[in-house]
Amino acid sequence: MIEVKNLVKSFKDGPIETRVLKGIDFTANTGEFIAIMGRSGAGKSTLLYQISLLDEPTSGEIRINGKDTRVMSERDKMLFRLAEFGYVFQDYALLPELTALENVALPLYMQGASRAAADAKATVALERVGLGKRLDNLPSQLSGGEQQRVSISRAIAHTPDVLFADEPTANLDKESSATVMGIFKELHKGGQTIIMVTHEEEFSRFAERIVRLDDGKIVSGPR
Amino acid sequence: MFSLLNIRVGFYLAVRQLRRASLWTTGLIVFVMLLTFLNLVVVTGILVGLIEGINESYRTQYTGDVILSALTTKNYIEDTPSVIAFIKTLPQVSLLTERYQSGGTIEANYLTRTSDTEKPNATGAQVIGIDPVAEDAFTALSSHLIDGAYLSKGDYDQILVGNYLLAKYAFGEQPGLTPLTDVAPGTKVRLTINGSTREVIVKGVVKSKIALLATSIFIPATELRTLMGRTDQNVAQIAIRLIPGSDPDDFKNLLLRSGIGEKAKVQTFTDSIPNGVADIKTTFAMLGNGFSSIGLVVAAITIFIVIFINAITRRKFIGILKGIGISGQAIEISYVFQSLFYASIGSGIGLLVLYGILVPAVAAHPIDFPFSDGILVAPVDGTAIRIGLLVLTTVIAGYLPSRMIVRRNTLDSILGRN
Repeated sequence: MIEVKNLVKSFKDGPIETRVLKGIDFTANTGEFIAIMGRSGAGKSTLLYQISLLDEPTSGEIRINGKDTRVMSERDKMLFRLAEFGYVFQDYALLPELTALENVALPLYMQGASRAAADAKATVALERVGLGKRLDNLPSQLSGGEQQRVSISRAIAHTPDVLFADEPTANLDKESSATVMGIFKELHKGGQTIIMVTHEEEFSRFAERIVRLDDGKIVSGPR
Repeated sequence: MFSLLNIRVGFYLAVRQLRRASLWTTGLIVFVMLLTFLNLVVVTGILVGLIEGINESYRTQYTGDVILSALTTKNYIEDTPSVIAFIKTLPQVSLLTERYQSGGTIEANYLTRTSDTEKPNATGAQVIGIDPVAEDAFTALSSHLIDGAYLSKGDYDQILVGNYLLAKYAFGEQPGLTPLTDVAPGTKVRLTINGSTREVIVKGVVKSKIALLATSIFIPATELRTLMGRTDQNVAQIAIRLIPGSDPDDFKNLLLRSGIGEKAKVQTFTDSIPNGVADIKTTFAMLGNGFSSIGLVVAAITIFIVIFINAITRRKFIGILKGIGISGQAIEISYVFQSLFYASIGSGIGLLVLYGILVPAVAAHPIDFPFSDGILVAPVDGTAIRIGLLVLTTVIAGYLPSRMIVRRNTLDSILGRN
């Protein structure tokens, strides 16, 4: 469960301070599939980065399973991101010199799994998204949709508490987007908590709750 | 911090980055490392080898491994026949040669000089009386002839002249030395020793990079003894070559223990080399280390730039790695491993080039310096220290830029924000 209270995020550019998030209160329960929506510049990605511990809020409180993230060290956050979270980025964010299997296995390896165990788990995760025959392909040898599916495999291989997705379909064609959203739907059915940022209304229907942001504030909560 | 897990992951990343890196880039970096290694070892090695070449020439062309010479109070080694007889009984001895020695002058234009006020075409020189066959076996003196022919055992009134004594062959102007002009093999010259003068013919010209030999006159020992008015068999020098593996210092001590030190000055070839040569060797080694240090700094900067550019262009991926929970230390270690790879491969190829090609090639064909036949001195311990220095420098140069990039904000790296 993620609880966010009065979350503020500002960016400073010399003397000018821009407040992107203006006191967000938000809760994500275990097993929920939440879509964060809003027009460009509303602050939806910024919100995702704060609650996924990729960035440091200016003020406010974030509690993950009751744990206050303000008292976490950088190392604690790194370990949290490694073990408890999974990330799917808009541009796939795969490492170009690693094969599909290696991209997925790397975080497992970092968690202390043996090479064999990490590879086995990664293989299962890739088979789950239909890429069982593309294990040894480099990202450059895969289509955009396939790369995003590798990215999803990497995010779920270690069965994280929360899966964060930042505009996962923005760079994909309709067919690939539908495949990706189909995978998210299946994951959610299996009890996976998903928090997804999207600006595409047609994919928000996969979520059970939509949080709409405008000018750094939540303008609508539960659907 | 540098846990086994971080090292494992760092190695995993490094291997994959190297395996899929551009061959040209990898080749170029390894080539820079190779040149740095050679710069570190070869520059110092040649500078030291230049002096080592003088030492080696001194040993092979003059002193042998151990040399006996007259005590400072005498002009000859007392009781030479018994000294030689004793030395010949020692199993360590491979060869020896005996030499008589005296100061003398040679004059060339004594037949054409029209008045006593005209400057004589003459020069002072050390005259060495040798057994031509024994000397040639010992020093290969005949192989150093650049003109004319070598002395035969029965030669009478014939001499060999060092190249510095003849203007035609001299290496520049030597202070205090007036080389003879218009003298070549076949020219008659007047040799004066202890007031005795004899007309002799220059039979050959000896070229040596050892100044002592290049300023000497060689004459059969029997001739010199006659000119010196000597009837005894006492020589001025006995040069001894030992069988391979014998230690000159041990042999010198053996001779001293046997009492020969009371009749002759006993020196190993290193003892007999003037102190200045050792000082020059130290100076050259320092110079070599200085040049090498500059090379090391250049290599460090090169690796720093290469790794920095690599890391900065991969900043986004470093951000992603951190974002998905890969520790900063593991990422830094991956760059350290890459630097280690470049340094190790560069040094490895460098070792092959050094000991497989350069050292044997230079040993077989010494570098023809004006005053030395330079060899390449590359002792294994010294080379190992230089490899250690190169690897250490490279690792630091690889670690620092990766740390600079890894420490940047994770999200800024992922999003490419400054």
